This record gives sequence, C-alpha cells and structure tokens, in this order.
Amino acid sequence: MAGRTNLRTIPGFRALTLLCLFVLYAPLIVVTVYSFNASASITNWEGLSLRWYWDVFTGPDSGKFKTAAANSFLIAVSAATISTTIATLAATGMIRTGRFRARTLSFGLISLPLMVPEIVTAVATLIFFNAIALERGLLSILIAHVVFCIPFAYLPISARMQGIGPAYEEAALDLYATKRQTFTRILLPLMAPGIVSGYLLAFIVSLDDFIITNFVKGAGVETLPTAIFGAVKRGIQPNIMAISTLLLGLSILLVTLSWLVSRSDTTK
Amino acid sequence: MQTVMSETSSQNAIDVQNAVKRFGDFTALKQICLAIADNEFFTLLGPSGCGKTTLLRIIAGFDEVTEGSVRLYGEDLGALPPNRRPVNTVFQSYALFPHMSVLHNVSFGLEMLGKSPAEARERAGRMLELVQLSQFADRRPGQLSGGQQQRVALARALAPQPKLLLLDEPLSALDLKLRKAMRIELKHLQRETGITFVFVTHDQEEALTMSDRIAVMSEGELQQVGASREIYERPCNRFVANFIGDTNLLEVTVDRIEGARAACHLGGGHALICEAVEGVRDGARVHLSVRPERLFATAEPTGPEALAARVVENVFTGTDITSIVELAQGPRLTLRSSNSERGNRRIFEQGATCFVNMEAGAGRLLVD
Repeated sequence: MAGRTNLRTIPGFRALTLLCLFVLYAPLIVVTVYSFNASASITNWEGLSLRWYWDVFTGPDSGKFKTAAANSFLIAVSAATISTTIATLAATGMIRTGRFRARTLSFGLISLPLMVPEIVTAVATLIFFNAIALERGLLSILIAHVVFCIPFAYLPISARMQGIGPAYEEAALDLYATKRQTFTRILLPLMAPGIVSGYLLAFIVSLDDFIITNFVKGAGVETLPTAIFGAVKRGIQPNIMAISTLLLGLSILLVTLSWLVSRSDTTK
Repeated sequence: MQTVMSETSSQNAIDVQNAVKRFGDFTALKQICLAIADNEFFTLLGPSGCGKTTLLRIIAGFDEVTEGSVRLYGEDLGALPPNRRPVNTVFQSYALFPHMSVLHNVSFGLEMLGKSPAEARERAGRMLELVQLSQFADRRPGQLSGGQQQRVALARALAPQPKLLLLDEPLSALDLKLRKAMRIELKHLQRETGITFVFVTHDQEEALTMSDRIAVMSEGELQQVGASREIYERPCNRFVANFIGDTNLLEVTVDRIEGARAACHLGGGHALICEAVEGVRDGARVHLSVRPERLFATAEPTGPEALAARVVENVFTGTDITSIVELAQGPRLTLRSSNSERGNRRIFEQGATCFVNMEAGAGRLLVD
C-alpha cells in the first residue's frame, strides 16, 4: 500500500516477533506438554499418559483441589452475576440518561480498579474488612471479587450500548411500548452480546484471581489459584501442570466464546 | 394494554399554538402557530437546523414545548408520553429492530396495543402485502435492501392505524430513482389509508411532488404555509423564493403603485410592470423574483416591456436548456426552455443579441 511501510521489511522484525511469541507461549506449551508426561519427574519425558489428570481427580490431593475448585466456581459464578447486573445498570444509567455533571467522575470511579495496583486493592480491602470486623471466608472473597469484576463487565457492555442509537428505543416508545417493555424487549436483546461478553470476562477474571483472594480468604478457605499456590510451595508436582492445563483450556474456551458473542452482530 | 386518547370529532389534525422550544440558550422554535388539516399530506420543508425535526419530535412526544401547546384532534397533548399518543413515526434511520423478523417488527406496535399475537400477526401480514414485502416476512431487517427497509418502516408505522403519521426525511438514504418512485408510492399510501401525513424534508422537489400543503421553515420560524403551487409561484419572501426552485432575484425600484399594479424599473433602467403586493410603497427598493421558465427570448421585442439582452451561455441539461443572458447595463438573468422543437426556437447562439420577455403575472415582488 502506498505511503505505508511493510512491517516485514523492517530489519529484525521477524526475529523480534519470534522472540516475543516464544517468551509468551513457550512456558504454556511446556506446561501443557508435560502435563501429559507419564513420569513423576517434571523434567524428564517418559511417554504420553493421562496419569496426572487422573491424579488431579483421584489422587491424594484431589479432595483439596475439588473443594477449592467448587469454591472458585461458586465465587466466579456469583461474582460474575452480581457484577454484570451492576455493570448493566451502570451502563444504562451512564449512556442513556444524557450528560450529567458527575459522568466523567462516575466513569473514572467504575474503571479505577483497572488502574490501581492489585496489591494495593488487596491490602486496602483486607484492612477495610478488619475494620468492619467482617469474618474472612467465602463472603469476603465474593465481595472483593464483585468489586474488581465490575469494570471488566462494564467495558464490553458500555461499548455495546454506545453502538445502539437512541432511535430503537424511541421507535419502541412510538409503537406504544412502555419504558419497561422498551428495556426488556428492545434494549436488553440488543445489549445481550455485550452482557454475555462482560459476564464471561468477569467470570474468568474472578476464577483466576490470586492476590486479592489470598489476602481476604481467611484460613482454611481456598480457591483454585490459592490451592495451586499452596501446593507449589511444597514443590512442583506434575499434577499442578495438569490443573494448569485444565484452567488454561477453560480460559481459552471462555475468551473465545466471549469474542464470538461480541462479534455476532444482531444487526446482520 | 395502554389507553390511547379517545376519539374526537373531525377538526384539525394538529393545532400548534405559540410553540416555543429552547435548548439551553438556543431557541429551536420561535412562536410557531400551525394548523394541519385532517387527511392532509403536509410537509415541513427547510434547511437543516431550521427546527422542522424539532417540531416533528414535539408532535411525536420525544420533546416537549417550552411554551405554547400542541393539540391533536382538539386534545392537548401536553406532556403525554410518546407511547400514549396515537401517532407513529417513520424514522430517518428506519430504526427497525434488528433482532426481530420483518413480520415481528410490523406486529410490534399492535402487540403493544394489547392485540392478541394472532391478530397482530394477521394485520401485520396485510400491511406487508400493502407494501409488497410479504415474501420477506421471516427475514431480518438487515437482510433487506435500503428501499425494502424503508417500506418495512412504513408498514410498521401504519400497522397500528395511527391518527397521524410522522415521516422524518424517510427517503434521504435512498438513491434518486428509488426516491422518485417512493414519492408516488407514499402519496398513494396516504390517499389509500386516509391518514394525515406530516412529512419532514429538506428536499424542495420532494415537498412539491407529494404535499397538499407545505410549511417552509427557516431558523425556527415559519416563512410561508400554502399549497405547493402557491409556495412556488407566490413566494412571500426572498428566503422562500430562493429555497424553492431556481429563481432570478432582481433588485427593483418601485416608481408608482397604480391599484393592483406596480410600475418598477431594474438597475439598468429597464421598466417593468408587476403585480403589487402588500407593504410595497412608491419609491421602495425591493426584490423581484422571476422563475427562469417564465422568461423567454425572442429575436424581436414582443412588447414595450421586452428587455434587450446578449446571450452569455447556453447550458444543456437534457430535459431543458438554460440560457444565461445579460441585460444592457443591467443584471444577468437565467432563462429556461424545454428541450423541444418549440423551446429550441427560443435558444440563441452564445453572444447573440435577443429580447427577454416575461410571461404576464410571472414577476413576484418580495418586500423582504
């Protein structure tokens, strides 16, 4: 194309690209491959086996992992549901009520958790829960997760909503629909791809959060990431690789789903 | 089910009284008074930003008047929300619901009015027949062409049998050929359904083709309200004369008023007799509007008022030939004659001298 430089002609482009890809993906590939290793060693390859996957579900640590996984999914589902609901209402309020004075401020407040270092949020949340004497456990984890999931759910929802002009709602009102019918029958279906996308994103973010969870979880309550961390502290076992691979697969699945949904345009 | 305003006796479809609309410091409508008759094809015509869409949105209920009132068949609309007004709109963007089938789009209003789904679908089906789109009932709006979407929007707005149909520049997204066909189709639909249409456009040709009456708007004010012919042939001011069609706007000085006639002269001293209008006095410097097709050139003067001129240029536009001529020590004039044997006899070579004649009663004096 005239006036544009072809990236491939820049010296070192290929090498740099390969290096970046290698740094990003080589560890994931190693973990995935070695999760299928038949050996108890994490470095020697002794043939293909599902042994460690079997171990995750039936081995000596399986009880711990199952409880942690159940906690993680319970929290992820709840946090995603609550934060997506809040984010949907927030997006409706922010985008459908025209300009109001605190609009920029509100948007800043909603997206603040994206900017604040997670460790700061973790420490602050822990201190706050102590101050109000909230018992640490599943509830404290859930509250903390809802808070940091909101911006992740809000962004795809508000992006979707901004793309929906006010004319659809005006047309519905013009055709005798009440405000509630307009919201449920027109706005919500049009927003659905954004909402699903936001939900999946919130779910994933909650599912693999470690820092904040570790601070607010309290003794004895584990989620999958904290359980994995606990296991790794006693030495890396091949079953950790199997769990990581399972989580990786789930993440890829959900992110792909989120992308497919947000891409599906109902105006087609 | 919602209650929609009760039936009222036959009177004006719309009565706008002293309507003022302000958005902050900006006044979009300045004291508008307007009556739209029952069963009329009424057009609000004006350039963008003239307030025509604001007025339409006020009638639809999307905006409220700051002052004044709007009555629909005698009932004050006040702050009645759009879903309680027996008024439907065809939006400029069509705003068809993308997640519903074409049929469901058309039946939506009927369902919201509390009709049973079967009845709503049945009636929606008939509306699609009316706009000749029955075979597309199960498609999504996104699968239709612009012209088809436009007709779905029309069917959707007509399906609930509104007392008033508002059309917000509905043809602006179509190509010229389709636009011309839709003009006739819209006019037919209006006659067939007997529903009062209020049409908003900035296209003067569109307005002239379809409307029973036109209101020309500019800067939040009504400039002139009247039938198409009247607006075109008897514009009340320079804005209307200029905005509707092509015209020759000439500065003239009124020498004297003799009853219904005004004797005037052009810049170069050429004398003219025109119809006097209200507000014109002896010695006034005003404008004269003459449509190009009301002027014709001849080799010899046809009367004492024929003006000697020289042809500057002839422009061939297919159906017409436009000649630009220059009067001796005077202004330039544009003449138009049809591309026909008779019309071509009135065309003179570039640089040739000729005489410009004005058809009787063709000149219109404009006070402002």
